[in-house]
Amino acid sequence: MIGDIDPTIIHLTVFVLAVFVGYHVVWNVTPALHTPLMSVTNAISSIILVGAMLAAGPLEADWGVWLGAIAVVLASINVFGGFLVTQRMLEMFRKKDKKGNA
Amino acid sequence: MSANFIALAYLVAAVFFILALKGLSSPLSSRRGNLFGMVGMAIAVATTLTITQNWMLILGCIAIGGIIGSIVANRVQMTAMPELVAFMHSLVGLAAVFIAIAAVNNPVSFGLPETLPMGSKLELFLGTFIGAMTWSGSVIAFLKLSGKMSGAPVIFSGQHAINLLLAIVMIGFGLWFFFSETTNWTAFIAMTAIAFVLGFLIIIPIGGADMPVVISMLNSYSGWAAAGIGFSLGNPMLIIAGSLVGSSGAILSYIMCKAMNRPFLSVILGGFGGDAGSQAASDGTQKTYRSGSAEDAAFLMSNADSVIIIPGYGLAVARAQHSVKELAEALHKKGVNARFAIHPVAGRMPGHMNVLLAEAEIPYEQVQEMEEINSDFSTTDVVLVLGANDVVNPAANVPGSPIYGMPILEAHKARTVIVVKRSMAAGYAGLDNDLFYMDKTMMVFGDAKKVVEDMVKSI
Repeated sequence: MIGDIDPTIIHLTVFVLAVFVGYHVVWNVTPALHTPLMSVTNAISSIILVGAMLAAGPLEADWGVWLGAIAVVLASINVFGGFLVTQRMLEMFRKKDKKGNA
Repeated sequence: MSANFIALAYLVAAVFFILALKGLSSPLSSRRGNLFGMVGMAIAVATTLTITQNWMLILGCIAIGGIIGSIVANRVQMTAMPELVAFMHSLVGLAAVFIAIAAVNNPVSFGLPETLPMGSKLELFLGTFIGAMTWSGSVIAFLKLSGKMSGAPVIFSGQHAINLLLAIVMIGFGLWFFFSETTNWTAFIAMTAIAFVLGFLIIIPIGGADMPVVISMLNSYSGWAAAGIGFSLGNPMLIIAGSLVGSSGAILSYIMCKAMNRPFLSVILGGFGGDAGSQAASDGTQKTYRSGSAEDAAFLMSNADSVIIIPGYGLAVARAQHSVKELAEALHKKGVNARFAIHPVAGRMPGHMNVLLAEAEIPYEQVQEMEEINSDFSTTDVVLVLGANDVVNPAANVPGSPIYGMPILEAHKARTVIVVKRSMAAGYAGLDNDLFYMDKTMMVFGDAKKVVEDMVKSI
């Protein structure tokens, strides 16, 4: 029976469950860290880097490969920029971390 | 590597992304969370490398992007975070469009059948149009935020009708694309081009004051674009990561709308929050207010037991965060309980003001959110309002006022209020603020940084 299911339905299942996970996890984020939340989610959404790598993957280079290569550059800017700027911001919240929770 | 092993590695990466967001529930665990995010990304990239052939090209491109990204991340000013985030959203959007085009061009390299099935076409359509709208919308948001384009809403008649028409035409091209036997480039490109235009048209009518909502919304879009690409490629990790980001952005949009007391739909339809002060105090009657010097204000604060400082975006514009920190320290030395109260929409993106104060090394336990501190105002001696306006406007409690119902910091309940402002001009909402005319209020006019420095000197 499982074999008859269209993969899209399985993906839809994953999607719906992930939205619920995201909903619950994000409501627990402290408001003071909403800006870092945005920059880190930005870095995470550049997971499409994986898709860009597949596009740039084939050895016979047609224009699609070059388009993929540009997408790899764009997504990598985001990966590095997003995580590093988040780290930079979170460091600022560290310096006086004596008492505990905010 | 076997397909199953790759899928499992992707699952591990997806779990790391969830842990990354979970870490942000407290400043203590947040750095570990960010590290989890990086580990997840590294796993995902390394795994994908094993199934691609063109290593040199890919690693070279990652290196180029990595260098650019690192430089940008190290140089950006904290006041410019909203622009940076808008810029990064635009990159995700554009990358999504490029990937979708490449997938239509060569489905086999993505593990899709040579002739795209209808389902894949639908998914590519979704990924492309969300990506394209994210790109052009973010570019406009970036231009507005960085001041390269006026923040005033651009409105023309028939705007919504045009948007609707374009959306219908776009879907029409999408349908043509689905039902074509072969790859229908004309339909695909026409659809993408219209999506770009739509993203542009949807953001231009939204005014500067609503930017926190717009950024959150585009954050959400960039996540859905990633999820859309995940559907097209049949990759659950992309779907999970994209949905996390998508729901995060949606929640932030909701929080921002609630804090501004604006229905989400009306923000999207736009036309609010133009030039600050355009319709200030035009009811004809000249109201009187009391003004004083920075020294007078310093005297009041140093003789108080408790002081709450309310920073607004004006403070960040004047780059006065460090002076404010000195002010708080000087007050603490005098034995005054000085704290900060943050309204959710202080600054130009969610949580922006917290970052600006953290940058100035103000301990975060002195910085409190609106719900935490609002009940303390009535027992507070002095409230110092620095470059904030609408978020302390008691008109929010008056039925019939345009901002009625907006949650505010209840500064008017304190015994004395000191407001530092450049002039009597109105805030974004274009409303006069009764707080400024109360008997217990003292206005101090001038540049926030200069005034705060003068206060520090005389304490």
